[in-house]
Order: sequence, then structure tokens, then C-alpha cells
Amino acid sequence: MKLSTLQQSYINRRTNSFRGSTQLDSSTDGAVKSPATIFWLVLHGVCCLISLVLGFRFSRLVFFFLFSTSSNNIYTVPFNSDAGITIPVETQLNHINSLNRTAVVASRVVVGRHGIRIRPWPHPDPVEVMKAHGIIERVQKEQKALFGVKNPKTVIAVTPTYVRTFQALHLTGVMHSLMLVPYDLIWIVVEAGGVTNETASLIAKSGLRTIHVGFHQRMPNSWDARHKVESLMRLHALRIVRKERLDGVVMFADDSNMHNMELFDEIQNVKWIGAVSVGILLHSVDAAEISSLVQKEGEEDTMPMPVQGPACNGTDKLVGWHTFNSLRYSGTSAVYIDDRAPVLPRKLEWSGFVLNSRLLWKDVDDKPEWIKDLDALDGDGEEIENPLSLLKSTTVVEPLGSCGRHVLLWWLRVEARTDSKFPARWIIDPPLDITVPSKHTQWPDAPPELPSNDEKEKVFAGTEEQSNKHTTKTKTSRSRRSRSKRKHDTKVIGVQVSTHSEQTEI
Amino acid sequence: MGFWKLGFFGILFGAFLFSIDAVELRRNQPTERISGSAGDVLEDDPVGRLKVFVYELPSKYNKKILQKDPRCLAHMFAAEIFMHRFLLSSAVRTLNPEEADWFYTPVYTTCDLTPNGLPLPFKSPRMMRSAIQLISSNWPYWNRTEGADHFFVVPHDFGACFHYQEEKAIERGILPLLQRATLVQTFGQRNHVCLKDGSITIPPYAPPQKMHTHLIPDKTPRSIFVYFRGLFYDVGNDPEGGYYARGARAAVWENFKNNPLFDISTEHPTTYYEDMQRAVFCLCPLGWAPWSPRLVEAVVFGCIPVIIADDIVLPFADAIPWEEIGVFVDEQDVPKLDTILTSIPPEVILRKQRLLANPSMKQAMLFPQPAQAGDAFHQVLNGLARKLPHERSVFLKPGEKSLNWTAGPVGDLKPW
Repeated sequence: MKLSTLQQSYINRRTNSFRGSTQLDSSTDGAVKSPATIFWLVLHGVCCLISLVLGFRFSRLVFFFLFSTSSNNIYTVPFNSDAGITIPVETQLNHINSLNRTAVVASRVVVGRHGIRIRPWPHPDPVEVMKAHGIIERVQKEQKALFGVKNPKTVIAVTPTYVRTFQALHLTGVMHSLMLVPYDLIWIVVEAGGVTNETASLIAKSGLRTIHVGFHQRMPNSWDARHKVESLMRLHALRIVRKERLDGVVMFADDSNMHNMELFDEIQNVKWIGAVSVGILLHSVDAAEISSLVQKEGEEDTMPMPVQGPACNGTDKLVGWHTFNSLRYSGTSAVYIDDRAPVLPRKLEWSGFVLNSRLLWKDVDDKPEWIKDLDALDGDGEEIENPLSLLKSTTVVEPLGSCGRHVLLWWLRVEARTDSKFPARWIIDPPLDITVPSKHTQWPDAPPELPSNDEKEKVFAGTEEQSNKHTTKTKTSRSRRSRSKRKHDTKVIGVQVSTHSEQTEI
Repeated sequence: MGFWKLGFFGILFGAFLFSIDAVELRRNQPTERISGSAGDVLEDDPVGRLKVFVYELPSKYNKKILQKDPRCLAHMFAAEIFMHRFLLSSAVRTLNPEEADWFYTPVYTTCDLTPNGLPLPFKSPRMMRSAIQLISSNWPYWNRTEGADHFFVVPHDFGACFHYQEEKAIERGILPLLQRATLVQTFGQRNHVCLKDGSITIPPYAPPQKMHTHLIPDKTPRSIFVYFRGLFYDVGNDPEGGYYARGARAAVWENFKNNPLFDISTEHPTTYYEDMQRAVFCLCPLGWAPWSPRLVEAVVFGCIPVIIADDIVLPFADAIPWEEIGVFVDEQDVPKLDTILTSIPPEVILRKQRLLANPSMKQAMLFPQPAQAGDAFHQVLNGLARKLPHERSVFLKPGEKSLNWTAGPVGDLKPW
């Protein structure tokens, strides 16, 4: 029964794929039992031996091709492209179809085994990769034009800052985020303690339109006081917005926060005042401390990371606020800027709010009546914790980011010790010329193979000195080998730097 | 004075009406009208242009088969079942066979499934033959024209050749009894035995609800250049490669596996549909048969289909200008695929995306339940309507016979 053996072979051979297979099977149905099986076993063995010799799989189909008379198709020698052995292919097949198809125009597509065409250098061509990226960019530009914001408003970013060790770290992060914003941007940087060249040189690298102003107070040393001063600085910036009649959306980009680029797309949708969800990253030197704090409470927090922002009901209407619950951390939070304890945010941070700048303008007719005037807040003894104090009623706030479900920025406060020193503009100039050798390690010194000329070019802790080759080599070898000792190394360098800077001051 | 006011408002109203027609913006995206070679035919309404009579076959030909294996409703050959259901309740159906232009025979030939869910075509010729014997003996309409005004839905791999293996299908050829009938099938390849002149090519069935639940916002930027998920080598049946897909899929893998622009792999991710919406080009290479549901998915998700199948005939080719919508690459040009795709000018790409965004294009590829205007069911009826009126030669004179009822392999002649 030809049909059933075919069916049988089909079902038997199928594990996870669909089709019945090679010519071999279809032509052997109904064959005589033992001589045929012995013949195929012998053939199989011969093929295996040939494969061993040749180094790639030698197909039995060659024999079939040579010896068969009943097949419909004649093949050229099949070849394969096993891993490692790729044979560039250009051959076509000869195909003879012996059926009564003379009436039909012969198709140029042939049935049967084809070669796998591989070009000689199957790797990407850089010119084409660049062209492809150009195409993708054009497509995305079109998408933005079609589905993005129709009339983009200027983004006005307000950043309070002051000179300290980690200022470069934080401010560069914010700066790069703002440089990526695809809309017009005005960056208002308010600096505590007056305008300094340090901050000015950092900001100048951005290429953005910046307004750099100084604030008459210095930044105090405790987190509480710092929050207060920052709020005053932000109000100062808002007064500038009012004075210059800047038009756009005001957002508060604190210099140690991290922003998602989608935030800038989302705030374009704000009408008057909006709120977004802010993720709070609680920094603690000891991570176990934080988790133990969380577990101490006993309650299961649905989110391991606290989030501040608008709370909505089922119909996406603002009904309340998710605020930061600082009671869980009472007593264990940082008081001074260099405390090794988690720094807590306020209940609702400024950075979670965005305002239409027209709310701040004076003498504008279509201002809504629920906004208080900025001047009314002058001389206020208590701290303005967030822009909600500018409103007479908080129900008018628009929840953004799909009603607060998307966390679009993260709040973090991490600072170095207040007495930590850093080189001005992070340039060590002139290079250090005294090194104090650190304590000996148990590893032998590196062999003296490094030429002295290259030491200046090497960027290791900013500089390399030309004298004292031996100690330099020890230092580099130590840095390469002693990963675990790195902490000590940095402390050592810190000492060196400070000694140097102290010396230059003298 | 009142007359002038009335006239003025009448003119305003008319201007308003005309301006609505002129505005093309739909869903905030400007789309282009698809002008097929036969005109803007995708939106034609077949109701009133043709009448279809549905034969009442015993349920062993349709309902009982479906009851035995309800998986037939979800696989890519489900069009035959949904076509039957659509016609039963459609406005083109007529209960009077004398006034019918077309006759439909509801026989589910692609519903005999293996445990893995793949259809076995071995009994299909006998089933079809038995159904035709039934309709020719119980109604006079088959013998009147020998099936020339009848149509059958045969969505299997090689259509009415009823075999999954191409050599065998070519050997069998189209079932002799269907020689004069119109075939509605997914298979289409020019100059191939299994594609008859006058056949209507339809897209394979893809579940519309499932696809619509995976839609992502339009503004998500398309960041993948070329996307493909599927087999390159059919390890079970063609381990050396060269048979499966005529070596084209293997060539794609070997040439572009190192290319960062090509996001191709055999893994099946849960975000398959979402990823297609983030891609600019989606590869639709042939497999064992030239057609594939990837074309439908690419059209629905707005990804430009790159069709690698020589001489393929795409669905509704007389109504949809596929050359303007997709990119056709010869199988021999696969090693140069990256050069071909990167050398397409951006304006052409944007135009293709606009054509794909046209909702009537997406609707024409789908088989929604219940049927909606402009969907694939209606395109089939439009295709049938375009073949009307029948030629005089369709109606046989008495005594004139052309069908050979005993042609074909011996196994086919056994009763089912």
C-alpha cells in the first residue's frame, strides 16, 4: 500500500517539523527487505568513512544521483555549508521534470535541492550600516512629525546647584539629559553662594541657552536647611521667568536627579500645572540597612521603591497623592550632608511638578484664578515644600504619565564629605611631582619594562609624574593587580591630592 | 432677503460636505489611497453585484469534521470554515439557485489534523470528489456547466493539488474534477501547475483579535531595520539545507547572522507582534510553500514586507498593487539583501509606509468575525463579481462533456 507507507514514513519521521523528506524515502517504499537494508547499511558506512576523510558530511544523495533511474529530478552534487566550511555558491541546478507539463510554460523556478548562496565576505559593510541608520532616522523623524507633539513648547529647566565635590558628577548628568531633549530649552541654573567659574565652565559645555544666576546664601550643611534653601533658589528662578516673560513649560531638574527622556515628551501635554510620578532612590552606604528597615515594619510593600506622585481613581481623575512616608526611617535618616544614612525626600518633591510659565506672569488676563501671585509668598517664614503651595486649590493639578503610572524621573541625593577636596574644574595642573609610596603589598614588583616617556601620557588618577620611575611602576602594577586594594589606593591618592593642593596653596 | 440667507447657508453646507471628502486624514496619519490596477476596488461593495447559492451538504463534510477537531478554527487554513459561515449569513446569499451567479460547496478539506496540528491531505481528493458527486447528482447545476460557475475554497499548501510536498503536488496536479471551477486558494506561483488561470488568491488566516490586542502606540519609534523570526533550516526534514525554502532562508542566515541591522533568529519571543511594529522591514521568505502568514502580520503592523519568493502571486493581486507596497527580492539576490534594502530612497520607504497605514489595506488582509466591510471575505466576493458575467461557453450544450470522472491516481477514486 503505497499510500499507507508514505503516510507511515511521514508520521514517523516527523518530530517537530512538517514535511515528508527526501527522495530517498519515497523511492524506497515497498523495497525488498533484507538485501536492501544490508545494502543501505553498507552504503551508510561507506558514506561515514568518506565523511571522516573529507571533513564534512557526505550525503548519500550523491549515490542516489549516480545510480537511480526512476527519479524525476537530476541534481548536481549537493553540498552543504556546515559551520566553518562555507563554500561560495553560484551554481544553478538542471531540472528535468518528466511529467506531462509540456502544455504549461516551464517555470523558471525549479523544484529540488538548491545551493545556499553565501557571498565571500558575509559581514556588514559600514557604509551600508550608516545608510540604514540614516533611513531609520528619517522614518523616526516622520513618526515624530505625525504622532508626536504638534506645537512643541519650550522647556524651561530650573536647577539649583552649588560648588561641591560631586557637583561635576551630578550636573554633567543633568546637562547631558537636557542636551538630548528634542525641543527648545532654556536652562536656569541658580547657584548658592554666588556665580562661580567652576559652574560656569561646566555649563558652557552644554551649548544650551543658559541663564546662570547667583543666590546670596551659601548652602548649609544639614539636609533640612538645604531643602529650604533650594526651595528659595527655585522661587528665585521663577521670578526670573516672570521678569523675562519666558514662555514654555517649567520643570525642576535637580542636579542629582535622573530623567527619562519620555518625561520631556509627556510634559508637553500640560495645560497649566501637572504632576508626574517620581521614584525615590534611597541611598545608603549599607544596603542591608535599608532592607532591614523595610522588613522591620512587617508590612509588605507592593513596590520595593517608594514613588511619589499623583493618585488617580478608576476614571483617571486625580483623587490624592502618593507621598513619601518618612516615619519608617525616623531616627535613621541623614541629618548632615555627609552622614552615612539614607537621605529622605520631602513628602512631595518639587521635581515632580511642571508648570506652564504663563502661570507666573504678571498682568496676564487669562491666568486661572487659583494661582497665587509669587510676590505673595515673599517673606513667608515657612518653607515652600512644593509648588502646591502656589495654588489655592490642589484639585486643578493634571496627572501626567498615564495618570502617574509611569515613573518618569528618579530622585536621589548622594554627596561626598563636606571637607572633601577636589581639584578646581577637575584638572590637576601642574602635574603632581611628589608621590608618597604606599605600604608594600605581598606581590612582587612589576618587571622594569615600561619606558619612562610613556608615563606622562598614561592617564592614571589624572596624571603620571616623570620622576621616580620605580614608585610609579609599583603604583600602576598595584592598580592593575590589586582590585581589592583599590579602595585603599583611592584613599591614598586622596591624601596625595590633598597634600598637593595644600602645598600649592602655601 | 430670507431667500439669500437660505442660499448662503446651502452653499456653506455643500462646501462643508465636499471638504469632508477631500480630507484624507485618518487616525491622525495621512494615508494614501490604494489605487489597484483595476481602480480603487478595495472598497467596493459586492452586495447587489452577485448572488451566491450555498449547497446544503450533509454535516459529515463540514460540521462533523469540525466537531472532531476544533483546532481547525485557529490554524492558518481556517479561511475555508469562516468563508462558509460568512456566506451563510451574508446578503449575497440567495436561496433560489436559479438566480445564483456562483455556487459554493462547503467542504472542509483541510481539517484532518495530525496530533501536532498539521493537516494531512491524503483523504482530501476523495472527500472533494465525493462532495462533487453528491452535488452533481442532487442538483442539476453542476452538470449544466461542469462546475464553471462553482467555486471552492482550498487553502492548503499547494491548493487543489492536495499535497504538502511540492514534487508530489506537481505530479498530482489540480484535481481533474475541479478543472473548470474557480479556486479560492492561498497558494500562488506563476507558471505553476497548482495555480489555475482565474483563481483567486487569498491571504492565510491570521487571528485578528490576537493581533489587535498586541498593538503598541503609533509614536513608538521604529528602531529595528530588518526583523524576522522563524526557521532557517528545517532540521527534521532537510538537515543539510537546500531543499527547504529553496535554500533562501539558509542564505539569509549565513549572510546576515553577523549583521547588527538584521534582527533575525529562530526563537519565538512573546513580544513578536510588538517587535514587528518596531521594525521598518519584515522579511517574508518562502518556506515549503511560497506563501506565509508573515505577509498578513507585516501589513497589519505597518512593517514593509520584503518578499523573497520567486514568481509568487500575492493575495488579491488584481486589487492590491503589491510592487508599490512591498519589496520584492529574487532568491538569487539574497546575499545582496542589505545593499538592496539600504539603497531604497527614504521617500519611497515613507510612501510604502503610508500605503500600509491605509486601514482598508489592513482590513483586506483579515478575516474578522463577524465580517466587516472591506475585509478579505468581501474582497473574495469582489473578485468573484469581477469575473461576471459568465461567458456563453460556460454553459454546456447538451451532450457536450469535458470532465473526465475517472482521471487521477487510482487511490482518489475510492469512495469517501
